Amino acid sequence: MSVDPINLLAFLGMAVATYATRIGGLALAGRLSLSPRAQAAFDAIPPAVLVAVIAPSALATGWAETAAAAVTVLAATRLPLLAVVAVGVVAVVGFRAVM
Amino acid sequence: MSTTRDDVRRGLSDIWPAMVAAAPIGLLFGALAAGKGLSALEVFLMSAMVFAGGAQFAAIELWTTPAPVAALVFSTLLINARHVLMGASLAPKLDGFSRGQKFLGLFYMADENWALAEKRARTHRLSPAYWFAMVIPFVSAWLATSTLGASIGAVLGDPKRLGADFAFTALFIALVAAFWKGRVTFWTVAAAGIASALTYRLAGPPWHVAAGALCGLMAAWLAAGADERPVTEEAKA
Repeated sequence: MSVDPINLLAFLGMAVATYATRIGGLALAGRLSLSPRAQAAFDAIPPAVLVAVIAPSALATGWAETAAAAVTVLAATRLPLLAVVAVGVVAVVGFRAVM
Repeated sequence: MSTTRDDVRRGLSDIWPAMVAAAPIGLLFGALAAGKGLSALEVFLMSAMVFAGGAQFAAIELWTTPAPVAALVFSTLLINARHVLMGASLAPKLDGFSRGQKFLGLFYMADENWALAEKRARTHRLSPAYWFAMVIPFVSAWLATSTLGASIGAVLGDPKRLGADFAFTALFIALVAAFWKGRVTFWTVAAAGIASALTYRLAGPPWHVAAGALCGLMAAWLAAGADERPVTEEAKA
Protein backbone atom coordinates (compact mmCIF):
# COMPACT_ATOMS: atom_id res chain seq x y z
CA MET A 1 0.00 0.00 0.00
CA SER A 2 1.66 3.21 -1.17
CA VAL A 3 1.12 6.96 -1.17
CA ASP A 4 2.25 8.82 -4.28
CA PRO A 5 3.87 12.17 -3.31
CA ILE A 6 2.00 14.08 -6.05
CA ASN A 7 -1.27 12.55 -4.92
CA LEU A 8 -0.47 13.62 -1.36
CA LEU A 9 0.18 17.15 -2.63
CA ALA A 10 -3.21 17.10 -4.38
CA PHE A 11 -4.93 15.94 -1.15
CA LEU A 12 -3.20 18.73 0.78
CA GLY A 13 -4.26 21.36 -1.76
CA MET A 14 -7.84 20.08 -1.72
CA ALA A 15 -7.83 20.02 2.10
CA VAL A 16 -6.59 23.61 2.37
CA ALA A 17 -9.14 24.82 -0.21
CA THR A 18 -11.95 23.01 1.59
CA TYR A 19 -10.98 24.18 5.08
CA ALA A 20 -10.75 27.76 3.81
CA THR A 21 -14.38 27.55 2.65
CA ARG A 22 -15.43 26.02 5.97
CA ILE A 23 -13.93 28.70 8.20
CA GLY A 24 -14.42 31.56 5.70
CA GLY A 25 -17.97 31.96 6.96
CA LEU A 26 -16.78 32.85 10.49
CA ALA A 27 -15.32 36.12 9.21
CA LEU A 28 -18.38 36.91 7.11
CA ALA A 29 -21.01 36.19 9.76
CA GLY A 30 -23.57 38.98 9.96
CA ARG A 31 -21.84 41.04 7.29
CA LEU A 32 -22.95 39.19 4.22
CA SER A 33 -25.68 40.57 1.97
CA LEU A 34 -25.71 39.38 -1.62
CA SER A 35 -27.86 40.89 -4.35
CA PRO A 36 -30.54 38.49 -5.64
CA ARG A 37 -28.52 37.95 -8.82
CA ALA A 38 -25.31 37.25 -6.94
CA GLN A 39 -27.23 34.91 -4.64
CA ALA A 40 -28.62 33.05 -7.67
CA ALA A 41 -25.13 32.73 -9.15
CA PHE A 42 -23.81 31.47 -5.80
CA ASP A 43 -26.62 28.93 -5.49
CA ALA A 44 -25.85 27.78 -9.04
CA ILE A 45 -22.24 26.86 -8.24
CA PRO A 46 -22.84 23.21 -7.22
CA PRO A 47 -25.02 22.23 -10.23
CA ALA A 48 -22.80 24.22 -12.63
CA VAL A 49 -19.63 22.47 -11.45
CA LEU A 50 -21.24 19.02 -11.34
CA VAL A 51 -22.53 19.37 -14.91
CA ALA A 52 -19.22 20.82 -16.13
CA VAL A 53 -17.38 17.79 -14.73
CA ILE A 54 -19.62 15.14 -16.37
CA ALA A 55 -20.55 16.86 -19.66
CA PRO A 56 -17.69 15.26 -21.65
CA SER A 57 -18.67 11.80 -20.45
CA ALA A 58 -22.38 12.41 -21.12
CA LEU A 59 -22.21 14.42 -24.37
CA ALA A 60 -18.82 13.89 -26.02
CA THR A 61 -18.01 10.18 -25.56
CA GLY A 62 -20.48 8.29 -27.74
CA TRP A 63 -24.15 7.73 -28.46
CA ALA A 64 -24.45 4.96 -25.86
CA GLU A 65 -23.29 7.32 -23.10
CA THR A 66 -25.52 10.17 -24.30
CA ALA A 67 -28.57 7.88 -24.49
CA ALA A 68 -27.81 6.49 -21.02
CA ALA A 69 -27.45 10.05 -19.68
CA ALA A 70 -30.91 10.90 -21.05
CA VAL A 71 -32.40 7.83 -19.34
CA THR A 72 -30.61 8.83 -16.12
CA VAL A 73 -32.08 12.35 -16.27
CA LEU A 74 -35.56 10.83 -16.53
CA ALA A 75 -34.81 8.53 -13.58
CA ALA A 76 -33.47 11.47 -11.53
CA THR A 77 -36.85 13.21 -11.68
CA ARG A 78 -38.53 10.43 -9.73
CA LEU A 79 -36.08 8.03 -8.05
CA PRO A 80 -33.75 8.28 -5.02
CA LEU A 81 -30.00 8.77 -5.48
CA LEU A 82 -28.72 5.20 -5.54
CA ALA A 83 -31.59 3.97 -7.69
CA VAL A 84 -30.69 6.66 -10.24
CA VAL A 85 -27.07 5.46 -10.25
CA ALA A 86 -28.23 1.86 -10.75
CA VAL A 87 -30.51 2.85 -13.66
CA GLY A 88 -27.67 4.81 -15.29
CA VAL A 89 -25.16 1.95 -15.03
CA VAL A 90 -27.63 -0.65 -16.33
CA ALA A 91 -28.61 1.70 -19.19
CA VAL A 92 -25.02 2.31 -20.29
CA VAL A 93 -24.19 -1.41 -20.26
CA GLY A 94 -27.33 -2.06 -22.35
CA PHE A 95 -26.72 0.73 -24.86
CA ARG A 96 -23.04 -0.20 -25.25
CA ALA A 97 -24.12 -3.74 -26.10
CA VAL A 98 -26.51 -2.65 -28.87
CA MET A 99 -24.88 0.53 -30.27
CA MET B 1 -31.70 22.54 30.58
CA SER B 2 -29.88 19.98 28.54
CA THR B 3 -26.87 18.25 30.01
CA THR B 4 -23.78 17.23 28.10
CA ARG B 5 -24.95 13.64 28.31
CA ASP B 6 -28.33 14.49 26.74
CA ASP B 7 -26.61 16.49 24.01
CA VAL B 8 -24.32 13.59 23.13
CA ARG B 9 -27.25 11.19 22.99
CA ARG B 10 -29.24 13.63 20.86
CA GLY B 11 -26.33 14.16 18.46
CA LEU B 12 -25.88 10.42 17.99
CA SER B 13 -29.59 9.80 17.38
CA ASP B 14 -29.81 12.70 14.91
CA ILE B 15 -26.83 11.66 12.79
CA TRP B 16 -27.35 7.94 12.30
CA PRO B 17 -29.85 8.14 9.40
CA ALA B 18 -27.33 10.32 7.53
CA MET B 19 -24.63 7.72 8.24
CA VAL B 20 -26.79 4.94 6.82
CA ALA B 21 -27.58 7.01 3.71
CA ALA B 22 -23.91 7.88 3.18
CA ALA B 23 -22.58 4.31 3.55
CA PRO B 24 -23.26 3.10 -0.02
CA ILE B 25 -22.00 6.45 -1.37
CA GLY B 26 -18.75 5.94 0.55
CA LEU B 27 -18.37 2.40 -0.84
CA LEU B 28 -19.04 3.67 -4.37
CA PHE B 29 -16.54 6.50 -3.94
CA GLY B 30 -13.81 4.14 -2.75
CA ALA B 31 -14.44 1.67 -5.58
CA LEU B 32 -14.29 4.39 -8.24
CA ALA B 33 -11.12 5.87 -6.70
CA ALA B 34 -9.52 2.43 -6.81
CA GLY B 35 -10.55 2.25 -10.48
CA LYS B 36 -8.42 5.38 -11.08
CA GLY B 37 -5.45 3.68 -9.42
CA LEU B 38 -5.61 5.17 -5.91
CA SER B 39 -4.59 2.84 -3.09
CA ALA B 40 -6.87 2.24 -0.10
CA LEU B 41 -4.46 4.26 2.06
CA GLU B 42 -4.67 7.18 -0.39
CA VAL B 43 -8.46 7.01 -0.34
CA PHE B 44 -8.37 7.02 3.47
CA LEU B 45 -6.06 10.06 3.47
CA MET B 46 -8.18 11.99 0.98
CA SER B 47 -11.38 11.28 2.93
CA ALA B 48 -9.74 12.26 6.24
CA MET B 49 -8.13 15.43 4.91
CA VAL B 50 -10.89 16.71 2.60
CA PHE B 51 -14.12 15.08 3.82
CA ALA B 52 -16.36 16.57 1.13
CA GLY B 53 -18.32 14.00 -0.90
CA GLY B 54 -19.18 16.10 -3.96
CA ALA B 55 -15.69 17.54 -4.29
CA GLN B 56 -14.11 14.10 -3.78
CA PHE B 57 -16.27 12.53 -6.51
CA ALA B 58 -15.44 15.38 -8.89
CA ALA B 59 -11.74 14.97 -8.08
CA ILE B 60 -11.80 11.26 -8.90
CA GLU B 61 -13.57 11.97 -12.19
CA LEU B 62 -10.78 14.44 -13.08
CA TRP B 63 -8.00 12.23 -11.73
CA THR B 64 -5.15 11.29 -14.06
CA THR B 65 -1.59 10.16 -13.33
CA PRO B 66 0.26 12.28 -12.36
CA ALA B 67 -2.49 14.12 -10.47
CA PRO B 68 -3.54 17.46 -12.09
CA VAL B 69 -3.10 19.34 -8.80
CA ALA B 70 -4.20 22.82 -9.92
CA ALA B 71 -7.37 21.54 -11.62
CA LEU B 72 -8.23 19.41 -8.57
CA VAL B 73 -7.79 22.31 -6.14
CA PHE B 74 -9.79 24.67 -8.37
CA SER B 75 -12.66 22.21 -8.77
CA THR B 76 -12.65 21.55 -5.00
CA LEU B 77 -12.74 25.26 -4.22
CA LEU B 78 -15.66 25.87 -6.58
CA ILE B 79 -17.72 22.93 -5.39
CA ASN B 80 -17.15 23.79 -1.73
CA ALA B 81 -17.72 27.53 -2.08
CA ARG B 82 -21.21 27.02 -0.63
CA HIS B 83 -19.55 26.24 2.73
CA VAL B 84 -18.77 29.95 3.12
CA LEU B 85 -22.48 30.77 3.23
CA MET B 86 -23.25 27.75 5.43
CA GLY B 87 -20.51 28.79 7.88
CA ALA B 88 -21.66 32.41 7.91
CA SER B 89 -25.13 31.24 8.86
CA LEU B 90 -23.89 28.83 11.53
CA ALA B 91 -21.24 31.09 13.10
CA PRO B 92 -23.54 33.18 15.35
CA LYS B 93 -24.99 29.93 16.77
CA LEU B 94 -21.57 28.69 17.95
CA ASP B 95 -21.29 31.01 20.95
CA GLY B 96 -21.09 28.00 23.29
CA PHE B 97 -17.87 26.93 21.53
CA SER B 98 -14.35 27.93 22.48
CA ARG B 99 -12.18 29.34 19.70
CA GLY B 100 -10.35 26.04 19.38
CA GLN B 101 -13.61 24.07 19.29
CA LYS B 102 -14.89 26.30 16.47
CA PHE B 103 -11.81 25.87 14.31
CA LEU B 104 -11.61 22.13 15.01
CA GLY B 105 -15.36 21.56 14.67
CA LEU B 106 -15.70 23.37 11.35
CA PHE B 107 -12.97 21.24 9.78
CA TYR B 108 -15.61 18.55 9.32
CA MET B 109 -18.65 20.69 8.56
CA ALA B 110 -20.61 18.98 5.75
CA ASP B 111 -24.08 19.46 4.28
CA GLU B 112 -25.65 16.86 6.55
CA ASN B 113 -24.23 17.84 9.94
CA TRP B 114 -24.58 21.54 9.08
CA ALA B 115 -28.29 21.09 8.33
CA LEU B 116 -28.83 19.11 11.55
CA ALA B 117 -26.98 21.74 13.60
CA GLU B 118 -29.07 24.54 12.06
CA LYS B 119 -32.21 22.58 12.92
CA ARG B 120 -31.01 21.98 16.49
CA ALA B 121 -30.13 25.66 16.92
CA ARG B 122 -33.74 26.67 16.29
CA THR B 123 -34.86 25.12 19.56
CA HIS B 124 -31.70 24.65 21.69
CA ARG B 125 -28.37 26.25 22.34
CA LEU B 126 -25.89 24.50 20.06
CA SER B 127 -23.32 22.76 22.27
CA PRO B 128 -19.91 21.33 21.38
CA ALA B 129 -21.11 18.02 22.87
CA TYR B 130 -23.96 17.84 20.36
CA TRP B 131 -21.75 18.90 17.44
CA PHE B 132 -18.93 16.45 18.09
CA ALA B 133 -21.34 13.60 18.92
CA MET B 134 -22.71 14.07 15.39
CA VAL B 135 -19.48 14.71 13.59
CA ILE B 136 -17.17 12.02 15.00
CA PRO B 137 -19.33 8.99 14.04
CA PHE B 138 -20.28 10.58 10.71
CA VAL B 139 -16.64 11.16 9.74
CA SER B 140 -15.64 7.70 11.00
CA ALA B 141 -18.34 6.09 8.85
CA TRP B 142 -17.17 7.99 5.74
CA LEU B 143 -13.56 6.94 6.37
CA ALA B 144 -14.52 3.31 6.95
CA THR B 145 -16.87 2.96 3.96
CA SER B 146 -14.67 4.80 1.45
CA THR B 147 -11.57 2.82 2.48
CA LEU B 148 -13.54 -0.44 2.36
CA GLY B 149 -14.87 0.51 -1.08
CA ALA B 150 -11.31 1.07 -2.29
CA SER B 151 -10.23 -2.36 -1.03
CA ILE B 152 -13.20 -4.03 -2.76
CA GLY B 153 -12.80 -1.96 -5.93
CA ALA B 154 -9.17 -2.99 -6.30
CA VAL B 155 -10.30 -6.62 -6.38
CA LEU B 156 -13.11 -5.99 -8.91
CA GLY B 157 -10.69 -4.58 -11.49
CA ASP B 158 -11.55 -2.49 -14.57
CA PRO B 159 -14.66 -0.48 -13.69
CA LYS B 160 -15.59 0.00 -17.36
CA ARG B 161 -16.38 -3.69 -17.73
CA LEU B 162 -19.40 -3.35 -15.43
CA GLY B 163 -20.45 0.10 -16.62
CA ALA B 164 -19.16 1.47 -13.29
CA ASP B 165 -17.25 4.24 -15.09
CA PHE B 166 -20.69 5.70 -15.90
CA ALA B 167 -21.70 5.63 -12.21
CA PHE B 168 -20.16 9.09 -11.78
CA THR B 169 -22.16 10.59 -14.58
CA ALA B 170 -25.33 9.03 -13.21
CA LEU B 171 -24.50 10.08 -9.64
CA PHE B 172 -23.84 13.68 -10.68
CA ILE B 173 -27.06 13.84 -12.68
CA ALA B 174 -28.89 12.65 -9.56
CA LEU B 175 -27.09 15.26 -7.42
CA VAL B 176 -28.00 18.06 -9.84
CA ALA B 177 -31.63 17.02 -9.44
CA ALA B 178 -31.20 17.54 -5.68
CA PHE B 179 -30.01 21.12 -6.29
CA TRP B 180 -32.87 21.85 -8.73
CA LYS B 181 -34.51 25.25 -8.25
CA GLY B 182 -36.49 25.59 -11.46
CA ARG B 183 -35.83 27.86 -14.43
CA VAL B 184 -32.53 29.33 -13.22
CA THR B 185 -31.10 25.83 -12.69
CA PHE B 186 -32.25 24.79 -16.16
CA TRP B 187 -30.26 27.60 -17.83
CA THR B 188 -27.31 26.94 -15.53
CA VAL B 189 -27.23 23.26 -16.47
CA ALA B 190 -27.74 23.90 -20.21
CA ALA B 191 -24.96 26.51 -20.37
CA ALA B 192 -22.53 24.53 -18.21
CA GLY B 193 -23.12 21.31 -20.17
CA ILE B 194 -22.73 22.80 -23.64
CA ALA B 195 -19.73 24.97 -22.71
CA SER B 196 -17.99 22.09 -20.96
CA ALA B 197 -18.53 19.58 -23.80
CA LEU B 198 -17.36 22.11 -26.42
CA THR B 199 -14.29 23.10 -24.42
CA TYR B 200 -13.45 19.44 -23.84
CA ARG B 201 -13.53 18.84 -27.61
CA LEU B 202 -11.65 22.01 -28.57
CA ALA B 203 -9.15 22.56 -25.74
CA GLY B 204 -9.16 19.27 -23.83
CA PRO B 205 -9.17 18.58 -20.08
CA PRO B 206 -9.01 20.04 -17.48
CA TRP B 207 -10.22 23.37 -18.98
CA HIS B 208 -13.75 22.08 -19.50
CA VAL B 209 -14.49 22.32 -15.77
CA ALA B 210 -13.63 26.01 -15.41
CA ALA B 211 -15.24 26.97 -18.73
CA GLY B 212 -18.42 25.02 -18.04
CA ALA B 213 -18.73 26.22 -14.43
CA LEU B 214 -18.19 29.88 -15.32
CA CYS B 215 -20.70 29.75 -18.20
CA GLY B 216 -23.19 28.09 -15.85
CA LEU B 217 -22.75 30.87 -13.27
CA MET B 218 -23.15 33.56 -15.93
CA ALA B 219 -26.33 31.88 -17.15
CA ALA B 220 -27.69 31.81 -13.56
CA TRP B 221 -26.83 35.49 -13.14
CA LEU B 222 -28.61 36.40 -16.40
CA ALA B 223 -31.62 34.15 -15.78
CA ALA B 224 -32.08 35.47 -12.23
CA GLY B 225 -31.96 39.07 -13.48
CA ALA B 226 -35.19 38.57 -15.37
CA ASP B 227 -36.80 37.35 -12.15
CA GLU B 228 -38.46 40.00 -9.99
CA ARG B 229 -39.06 37.48 -7.24
CA PRO B 230 -37.08 38.43 -4.10
CA VAL B 231 -34.61 35.91 -2.72
CA THR B 232 -36.10 33.89 0.08
CA GLU B 233 -33.72 33.61 2.95
CA GLU B 234 -33.75 30.48 5.04
CA ALA B 235 -36.32 30.87 7.80
CA LYS B 236 -34.72 31.69 11.11
CA ALA B 237 -36.27 30.83 14.42
